[in-house]
Amino acid sequence: MSERTERLSVRKTYKLFIGGAFPRSESGRSYVVTSSKGDFLANAARASRKDARDAVSAARKAFPGWSGATAYNRGQILYRIAEMLEGRRAQFAAEVADADGVSAKKAGELVDAAVDRLVWYAGWSDKIGAVLGSANPVAGPYFNLSSPEPTGVVAVVAPQAGPLLGLVSVIAPVIVTGNTCVVVASERAPLPAITLAEVLATSDLPGGVVNILTGSAAEMAPWLAGHMDVNGVDLTGAGPELAVTCEELAAENLKRVLRPPADRVDWLADPGIERMTAFLETKTVWHPIGI
Amino acid sequence: MTTPLAEVASSPSTLRAFLHGLPGVDRVGADARAAMLGTRSIKTTAKKQAIDMAIGMVDLTTLEGADTPGKVRAMCAKAVRPDPADASVPPVAAVCVYPDLVATAVEALAGSGVKVASVATSFPSGRSSLEVKVAETSLAVAAGAAEIDMVIDRGAFLAGDYLKVYEEIVATKEACADAHLKVILETGELATYDNVRRASWLAMIAGADFIKTSTGKVSPAATLPVTLVMLEAVRDFLAATGRKVGVKPAGGIRTTKDAIKYLVLVNETAGPDWLHPDWFRLGASSLLNDLLMQRQKMATGRYAGPDYFTLD
Repeated sequence: MSERTERLSVRKTYKLFIGGAFPRSESGRSYVVTSSKGDFLANAARASRKDARDAVSAARKAFPGWSGATAYNRGQILYRIAEMLEGRRAQFAAEVADADGVSAKKAGELVDAAVDRLVWYAGWSDKIGAVLGSANPVAGPYFNLSSPEPTGVVAVVAPQAGPLLGLVSVIAPVIVTGNTCVVVASERAPLPAITLAEVLATSDLPGGVVNILTGSAAEMAPWLAGHMDVNGVDLTGAGPELAVTCEELAAENLKRVLRPPADRVDWLADPGIERMTAFLETKTVWHPIGI
Repeated sequence: MTTPLAEVASSPSTLRAFLHGLPGVDRVGADARAAMLGTRSIKTTAKKQAIDMAIGMVDLTTLEGADTPGKVRAMCAKAVRPDPADASVPPVAAVCVYPDLVATAVEALAGSGVKVASVATSFPSGRSSLEVKVAETSLAVAAGAAEIDMVIDRGAFLAGDYLKVYEEIVATKEACADAHLKVILETGELATYDNVRRASWLAMIAGADFIKTSTGKVSPAATLPVTLVMLEAVRDFLAATGRKVGVKPAGGIRTTKDAIKYLVLVNETAGPDWLHPDWFRLGASSLLNDLLMQRQKMATGRYAGPDYFTLD
């Protein structure tokens, strides 16, 4: 043992996250992901429309269980995601710094904000019903109660900027209310999304509730927007042209559409409850009194 | 084959000698060939044709304890017009029900051209006396069933009592009169491909019009390699006797992709002559919706959703 050799580091293969598993793209394609300075970071899978289709199937399969879980249980699982994320703070901070070109300190703050965002939404799980639901006064011997219900499978085009905080801020409001989702991650900075998938996979989140695809939003989003088994689309990360195309396709089965914001979003600001209400629908029941 | 086929069933020993004299099946080879044929890429116009062909070959099946006349009538309506929104979808080949619901199905399908098939002979286990099995078959035929799906006595087959199995098929065939007889081998319980080949020949010699893989109540149900072995048997039987027998895989075929693999297998094994509902059927229930969804996807260019098709 006279010679000392440098150990070769083991590199992570960034794959997709579908139905709780990490498959490669069915198309076998990948693309090069670079840092904000243009340095090579990794190869990421370039998902195809068939991966998107598989992801929708997985999300549909997960919907009855997830929407049927108690709000309390969903909140606990979101809180668990926050715990797992906190435990990998350093890894996320490094990935965010690479992707966004921000300082290590700023990247750490963004990760903290993402953890806090999850905790904030986790708290909403059993309160949103009280805020949006109501006991309606009606002219008759009935109770008349309205309560918010999840829409179903939601396709989310994640923001191109804000690879972690932005991503968490669009996923959490969709799933906390009981929807399941298929997320097209930021094309330019997909690595934090796949690392987040590793967090989700170890957070008691049932497989298929969140499915993450990396690749071109322009390629996949129209297929998702036109898919008859998708009930809503969040176009936050779609460019103006793509958003119009997707909204037209979404009209065929009357999907709920969340249009992209007009101005650049400050993901650190208070998010409000609009992202949750966008994918809720109101169920009203009548019940006779006194029988 | 020293004994002529007509005489092989004259005694237990000649039947046994004949069935055990059939060449053995190369298991690894059969698996590999079925897997290889399953990789054929069928796209665009060929896929469209294959989907319509597969729809026309479906035996739309409901075999649950909870079947009601209403459910059977709904299924019959679906059999005649699988997609209410699209008249260009062909009807399926047949519906398959329990004997007591045959009359309901016959009434619902009158004049449509869709046939009524009934399971019989103590489906799915086949564990009853010959008298009961024959009586059940006669009842189903009297109620108007055009096709009878019988199960063989797997216990007797596995015990080596081939003549008993043979005689039951012959008796059931007699009770069928003009109805077509499909013989269910329940390949999931036969353990080896050699047994599948033997059971196929046994059923064909006894007069089966169709040989069918499974009841759908046992796992594994239909698989590609088992169907391959059965298709080889009908091909060889035609060459040996001049009589053509059909094949029906049933159970576990749920997706369009699976169905197309079976069509490729038929074409490459028995030949294109078998690619007709008279000679090849797919026993299924949930498969039909997937075929319809794929068909709609090809027509509209967008992925279809199950919300827009009937629940079975």
